[in-house]
Amino acid sequence: MSTKHSKAASAFLEHEEDSRWHNQSIWYVREKRDKMAMELSEWEALRDLSSGIKRHTITHMDQYLEQFSKQAEANGVIVHWAKDAAEYNDIVYDILSGHQVKKVVKSKSMLTEECHLNAFLISKGIDVVETDLGERILQLMNIPPSHIVMPAIHLKRQQVGRLFEEKLHTEKGNSDPTYLTQAARMHLRNEFMTADAGMTGANFGVAATGDVVVCTNEGNADMSTSLPKLHIVSMGIEKVIPDYDSLGVFIRLLARSATGQPSTTYTSHFRKARPGCEMHIVLVDNGRSDILGNKAHWETLKCIRCGSCMNTCPVYRRSGGYSYTYFIPGPIGINLGMLKSPQEYSDNVSACSLCCSCDNVCPAKVNLSEQIYRWRQELDGFHKADPMKKMMSNGMTILYDHPSLYRFSLKMAPIVNHLPRFMVYNGLNAWGKGRELPSFAKESFETLWRKGKVK
Amino acid sequence: MKVGLFIPCYVNAVFPEVGVATYKLLKNLGVEVDYPLNQTCCGQPMANAGFEQKAVPLAERFDDMFKGYDYVVAPSASCVAFVRLNYPHLLEGKHECLTSNKTLDVCEFLHDILKVDHLPGKFPHKVSLHNSCHGVRELHLSSASEQNVPSFSKIKDLLSLVEGITLLEPEHVDECCGFGGMFSVEESEVSVRMGTDKLNNHIATGAEYITGPDSSCLMHMQGIAKRLNKPIKFIHVVQILAAGL
Repeated sequence: MSTKHSKAASAFLEHEEDSRWHNQSIWYVREKRDKMAMELSEWEALRDLSSGIKRHTITHMDQYLEQFSKQAEANGVIVHWAKDAAEYNDIVYDILSGHQVKKVVKSKSMLTEECHLNAFLISKGIDVVETDLGERILQLMNIPPSHIVMPAIHLKRQQVGRLFEEKLHTEKGNSDPTYLTQAARMHLRNEFMTADAGMTGANFGVAATGDVVVCTNEGNADMSTSLPKLHIVSMGIEKVIPDYDSLGVFIRLLARSATGQPSTTYTSHFRKARPGCEMHIVLVDNGRSDILGNKAHWETLKCIRCGSCMNTCPVYRRSGGYSYTYFIPGPIGINLGMLKSPQEYSDNVSACSLCCSCDNVCPAKVNLSEQIYRWRQELDGFHKADPMKKMMSNGMTILYDHPSLYRFSLKMAPIVNHLPRFMVYNGLNAWGKGRELPSFAKESFETLWRKGKVK
Repeated sequence: MKVGLFIPCYVNAVFPEVGVATYKLLKNLGVEVDYPLNQTCCGQPMANAGFEQKAVPLAERFDDMFKGYDYVVAPSASCVAFVRLNYPHLLEGKHECLTSNKTLDVCEFLHDILKVDHLPGKFPHKVSLHNSCHGVRELHLSSASEQNVPSFSKIKDLLSLVEGITLLEPEHVDECCGFGGMFSVEESEVSVRMGTDKLNNHIATGAEYITGPDSSCLMHMQGIAKRLNKPIKFIHVVQILAAGL
């Protein structure tokens, strides 16, 4: 009984010191989030409000998208619609090639990860430079993010130091964070100055004004859009929200939930192109309409990508982002992966003890654990159920649906206590890997009751 | 008031003393308690594993067996949470679930229904309270650490009625111990690491005992403690509440 996730998690945990460090670093972010949440007396009311606004917007998405695109066009922005990843990549490439772009600087966007945009553009001969520090580190290492908000959280500064020595020619053995950040800034400055286009994601698209709102701590979205003459926004269609009043609710929740900051350092509104420049917004569906039509799982679309469900998840913290087979890990990633392809990503559904902590931190009140529970019910229908678990569940039903058999096994169970150790603790007994089995009582409660010994 | 006692399968087989303590305590508080024979399991193990349909006959059996009682009381927050939250939809299309709302964890029953304000026993020991996930986040036996709500704990309220007890709580006060039913074997390494961390947090309080409303969590941590030769002892909340009876 194992999954790709459980095997990868097991390998992750073999590095005991690193895995403990990973757990602690991410728990620290959960604690920062708690501190912020406890400072706002209206915190729970804000979460209710945010959930309500998202439910409303998502179920009226057609109207809000139309309003948003009309407003954006009225502001002089060129709006494109992409039904899937391939169409999205083509649209972006067409815009870039139409402007003879050789180099594009990018601020963080999980949507571009989802659509594998970077690899596509690079294959077309365009130089793509990530400008979020974490993302840039990963790009230089040629590895994917392990967390959606803190993409390089699994790396230690010494690893970054060695990488920068090789790639940016920093001093040997210097892994001082300030020094390394300074080196990254100098390196990126040159990229900003020489890029022909800037790309950003979108945390929110405000329908009433056509604004695209981008939250960063490094100001790299602003640099990416202030220097090149071409700005392309990639926005999932579920990012649209009605107006500034609703934006206020989300802005108060986002950074507090994500990193335990009252707000990100920069909350930038992009409404129109600078004089003489061009701004494009690509609205991407890529399966989102299908999620909207999924009665059991549509509320997953409420997610605002803060990552707090990962930070609180006791399994994510102890297994790392790469133990999941979908590019988004943690509770929300388990669900989004299943929505993308249950055939391909069902191995992540095991990565949940159903502790429900994610439900309580989610600023949009996505019912993450209930969704995972529901996916488990659906696995058998996709022929993805674990045969051992199925057999055990069938066996339990037979046992528990026949009280006389159950009573018999209650009587027989203590025999296990007397089996030789090698028969109980063997390769078949996953429980016995790190735990002793409980001893069965000599007389069960049922037996005690029947004998009149319960008094 | 007539109470039907529900003793979940693993309590029945492994921890019958928890069932006995529940009975004694309720009896001592003047409650008429009955234990309907032929009860088995709530069905949570197979449902959490992804075979909810396999739990339907058990839900029907449970609902039929307990529908005549004023309350169904069980010494297991997680099993009660499963009945309360899942039975209504498991029985959908068959008949209305009559037991989900009157099935209570014994701590809820003592705190909310009997409103117990004194207990006879003494327990002069240092005890670390294990706030189990479903107790906290599904039954709301205490405020959850993630939420900005007034702090409360029904279990602490009850335990503090026992003379001599020193009540402690671990760091990461309501983080999961990693049991999770079949999760504990399907993701066994993660489960053991979660349990080890939780156990160590409990031990760090200096407690002699770990207590909680779920024998399943206690069983998991006890298995790890035994393997690691940690001397800490385990006891269900209801056994402390029934001390001296």
